[in-house]
Amino acid sequence: MIRLEKRPQPSQLWTYLTPVLAVVVTMVLGGVLFAFMGKAPLEAIRTIFWDPIFGEFAFYYRPELLKKAAPLILIAIGLSFGFRAGIWNIGAEGQYIIGAICGAGVALAFYPTEARWLIFPLMIVAGILGGLIWALIPALLKVYFRTNEILVSLMLVYVAEVLIKAFSVGLMRNPEGMGFPGSRNLRQYPAAANLELIANTGIHWGVITAVFAVIVAQVFFARHQFGFNVRLAGQSPRAATFAGVDPSRLVIICMCISGGLAGLAGLYEVAGPSGQILGSFPAYYGFTAIIVAFLGRLNPIGILLAGLLLALTYIGGDAASSSMNLPAAAIQVFQGMLLFSLLSLDVLTNYRIRLKKAQVA
Amino acid sequence: MKRRTLLATGAAAAAAAAFGLPARAQDKTKVGFIYVGPINDGGWTQHHHHSAMEMVEHFGDAVEFVYQESVPEGPDAERAITQMALGGADIIFTTSFGYMDPTINVASKFPNVKFEHATGYKTADNVSVYSARFYEGRAVQGTLAGHMTKTNTIGYIASVPIPEVVRGINSAYLHAKKVNPDVEFKIIWIFEWLNPAKEADAAKALIEQGCDVILQHTDSTAPHAAAKEAGNVYTFGQAADMAEYAPMPRISSIIDEWAPYYIDRVQAVMDGTWTTTNTWDGIGAGMVGIGEISDVVPAEVKAEAEALRDAIAAGEYHPFTGPINKQDGTPWLAEGEVADDGTLAGMNFYIEGVSGDIPS
Repeated sequence: MIRLEKRPQPSQLWTYLTPVLAVVVTMVLGGVLFAFMGKAPLEAIRTIFWDPIFGEFAFYYRPELLKKAAPLILIAIGLSFGFRAGIWNIGAEGQYIIGAICGAGVALAFYPTEARWLIFPLMIVAGILGGLIWALIPALLKVYFRTNEILVSLMLVYVAEVLIKAFSVGLMRNPEGMGFPGSRNLRQYPAAANLELIANTGIHWGVITAVFAVIVAQVFFARHQFGFNVRLAGQSPRAATFAGVDPSRLVIICMCISGGLAGLAGLYEVAGPSGQILGSFPAYYGFTAIIVAFLGRLNPIGILLAGLLLALTYIGGDAASSSMNLPAAAIQVFQGMLLFSLLSLDVLTNYRIRLKKAQVA
Repeated sequence: MKRRTLLATGAAAAAAAAFGLPARAQDKTKVGFIYVGPINDGGWTQHHHHSAMEMVEHFGDAVEFVYQESVPEGPDAERAITQMALGGADIIFTTSFGYMDPTINVASKFPNVKFEHATGYKTADNVSVYSARFYEGRAVQGTLAGHMTKTNTIGYIASVPIPEVVRGINSAYLHAKKVNPDVEFKIIWIFEWLNPAKEADAAKALIEQGCDVILQHTDSTAPHAAAKEAGNVYTFGQAADMAEYAPMPRISSIIDEWAPYYIDRVQAVMDGTWTTTNTWDGIGAGMVGIGEISDVVPAEVKAEAEALRDAIAAGEYHPFTGPINKQDGTPWLAEGEVADDGTLAGMNFYIEGVSGDIPS
């Protein structure tokens, strides 16, 4: 009989092994799924995981990969602070949207002034502040009224989605847009555009910021007192209190970090790849980043890799859906499988499998 | 052999040269479609797909057909279109308004690929736009709705506040009012093209407010289901015939007939005669179809609606013929004056009698 035995300590080995194993299991399960749909499973897997990096058109896909991964990594790094401390900001998507609205708002207010040295930094500040303030709402409510930050932050996503739709047909609508919704395209406004810094590399300011955030977070978690406090609060809130960590302050700081980074990601996206305030701007990066954070084990380097992997499933998935006519839903199922297999394989981290005969109690 | 080169400069070209673009079967014309919804949405996308399939049937082996469904109108659209162009498509149809800027951006990188953007207004050397004069169909719908309503209250499920939708509301109202001066419109905006749950909610809300005819500019059949449940409420198919709800509650429909246009454009690519065009066709050219008017409608009403349809098709009557005032009472069209296409294309005002504001 197979029995699960709780490990005294979570296994270090399995902590690092399960994400890799989860990817392999997902490939196998996904292959089975594609085979049932009458598509060649190996070809589908190759189209999703191999072709974007090494295939014929890799020169186009590699930059796209960075563009797609940057916001995911940036948001996930922010979330990892809160998640480590047991503070659950589920509403990064909302903070991402508000960051975009605030950042774009600054740009549109200055249009058509040509002063990039002033406008672009101001946009960045506005993006951070927008996301930060949106995250501060659930943080303050939690600290002062003991509300649940999961619910409040999630609900604020829907508010943000309605706001961006309203702005796209109202205040920020392009006056030269023939009455169609959507703001001016920031990519065509040199003072505000977040374009590629080196042509055809995909590297824009968001990518650079994401890498920078990974390094800073790594230093914080490994070397800084704050990183230690965060971990302590997550593992043992009581011990943290004894060690002099103020839980309320921690909630506010962690929510501000995740909100600020999500807002920043939104600003880079709206000034770059997306270009416009539009009802269809939200691309669920804020939610996908939750998967990235956990797949990366809340570890900055892990998040970097997980962000690239998730971006790969998006880009490869799109490629498979257009070249093999796979339905869009099959790709989403495939991405869902990834989180699902990770969560189920996590059992191995905390439990040991024992083959034993049943004993009489 | 036609060679497709992306970004003639820099790393891209170098990489392309290094890998070598493989020789493709050049005798086939590769046709790509980008869809905003799933191909079985029952409305907009399904009809584009249906028309595309008719085009494929027409050409048989001469074309290779690829499509991608449910492409969001955000930053991902540009990649999806690029992907298709890289994949060797000769002509790509992007079938939603939100693909406008992505289409223009991608088109500038692939000068040898032809692009066709539905319902937009930006053209380029290799980008054409096409749309249908749905407001002609709305005139027929308005006539039917005005006759059929007993509560004199007509509900309108509006999607995204763009000129096309505003035009539809104005045209329907104008013609409902013509046959029934007491008629009143209640409009609900859902800010989406397809969302069965929201559409059903909107339909129910309108029915509760006393509407017994519901027009929709959204793509799903959910409002029909809601109307059927309520009973004694009439609806119209949108984009597709939605005949599964005939004869009640669906009493007629506006059908998008893209197939002739698609066949025409693909043929032009094959012949090498493709040029940038700005197509805006209506009932006359067969781009807008009026679905069978069901027997629930009294014969004389049906005849009147069909006469209107034929008059529009023959070019004898324009749905926007003066005198028409704007909502605030200022004159728009004088007696006998006909609206020009420029004003219609950018229509962002209600006509007199429509209550409420266009969301802004």
